[in-house]
Amino acid sequence: MRIDPKVSQRIMVTVLSLATGLALVILFFIIIFILSKGIPVLNWKFLSTFPSKMGKAGGILPTIAGTFILTLVALVFAVPLGVGAAIYLAEYIREGKTTKIVRFGADCLAGIPSIIFGLFGFILFVVILKMGWSILSGGLTLAFMVLPTIIRTSEEAVKSVPYSWREVSLSLGATKWETIRKVVLPNAVPGILTGIILSVGRSIGETAAIIFTAGSSLRLPTSLFDSVRTMSVHFYILSREGISMKNAYGTAAVLVILILAINLAAYWILHRFTKRNT
Amino acid sequence: MSKISVKKLDIFFGKTHALKNVTLDVSANKVLAAIGPAGSGKTTFLRSLNRLNDLNPDMRYTGKILLDGKNIYDEDVNPVELRRKVGMIFALPIPLPMSICENITYGPKLAGTKNRAELRELVEKSLEDSFLWDEVKDRLDDPAMKLSGGQQQRLCIARTLALKPDVILMDEPCSGLDPISTAKIEEAMTALKKEYTIIIVTNNTKQAARVGDNTAFFLMGELIEYGETGKMFTAPNDKRTEEYISGRFG
Repeated sequence: MRIDPKVSQRIMVTVLSLATGLALVILFFIIIFILSKGIPVLNWKFLSTFPSKMGKAGGILPTIAGTFILTLVALVFAVPLGVGAAIYLAEYIREGKTTKIVRFGADCLAGIPSIIFGLFGFILFVVILKMGWSILSGGLTLAFMVLPTIIRTSEEAVKSVPYSWREVSLSLGATKWETIRKVVLPNAVPGILTGIILSVGRSIGETAAIIFTAGSSLRLPTSLFDSVRTMSVHFYILSREGISMKNAYGTAAVLVILILAINLAAYWILHRFTKRNT
Repeated sequence: MSKISVKKLDIFFGKTHALKNVTLDVSANKVLAAIGPAGSGKTTFLRSLNRLNDLNPDMRYTGKILLDGKNIYDEDVNPVELRRKVGMIFALPIPLPMSICENITYGPKLAGTKNRAELRELVEKSLEDSFLWDEVKDRLDDPAMKLSGGQQQRLCIARTLALKPDVILMDEPCSGLDPISTAKIEEAMTALKKEYTIIIVTNNTKQAARVGDNTAFFLMGELIEYGETGKMFTAPNDKRTEEYISGRFG
């Protein structure tokens, strides 16, 4: 028997909208749950003072600093490396075995659990290269972790710039590199930025890889070789060791708000970028 | 003396023999129209003149192309410099995603023109020569993508003129345009040949008859016939030319 197309249409619309709705409900539930438990704890003092009694009392200042510094160090290494590799893959070598192997490798790397990266970073940076638990060890480990995301998203972004623009640029007497710099890259920025935002989100939220490589010191770092504790690690330790659930939720709320803010800022930048030339 | 002299040019893309033993001379300050059905090699011919075929790593060639007596495939010729002398207009209007003004200064700036006054003058002169100035003079900083198709193509012509080339290649420049825009481009072409040598590839034999001083007919990678447009359209030597022009195939 054939189902009336009007009925099947209505059924599918209902099913699909329910799926979308459910996804949103879960997201909002998590955000509201965290914020309702965390926001009462938040105040300027919580953000601006040092923790005392292992975090049972006091604020989270050094963990905020640790989160920012570690993410920044990761990006400083991962962005030039990743975007450079993406340009090379997309513009300088021919599609073939090499590109396939690199792409397959990047995809595999992206799927490796973060704790494995942590272990790898611990052995390579902390032990063999004697960097100790430090911002540098943690940042480099995070950089390795987000590198595949940056390479793949940047490569897609570079490839999505129309080929005809490259031909036009070359026909106007630009060299290949001038074409990449003036036509390809500026128009790939929104895509590249998306990859960077995803990486920032992953870096901020990472816990396992960081405990192994950056340690969990509660002091404010003064050099790249100091150990730091990020907000995620702080949250993990506070709740795992049962030190203070109240402060754990406070930390989580700051994390959630921070990630929301980064995404909003990124959307704003993307919007401005795409509006300018079209 | 001829501006461009193509001698026994063969071009291959991998195993495809795209252009077969083409020899022809292009006179200075004339319009040469290259006609022929799709896949006849006319675009390959055009793109060999500014070495844009070089972008395809599978491209091989034999023969010579002399521009003012100098082989453009010689080792000491820099294709980047060559492309400034031999400008190109593409089939579809492709403005770069920048402002109208930036589109025009793109090439000259790369070539080393830094002086602002000089660049401004260049923008105005190029737009006037491509019959676009009056339509855009008040909004030079608007995105080029906002112009209509016909205006975009004239902007592309202006952009090429700003390089002060010797030769302008046009690859079916009116294929995506309405008759009025086409007429404007053809008007520009006729004015431009006083200063430039123009080679236009076209699918439209009537356009070739209108703008071409000379016409070259390509078929399956071969140059079948080449001569003065008037003669070619009234008394072609080759039967295939006659059949193509009269619309019996192609």
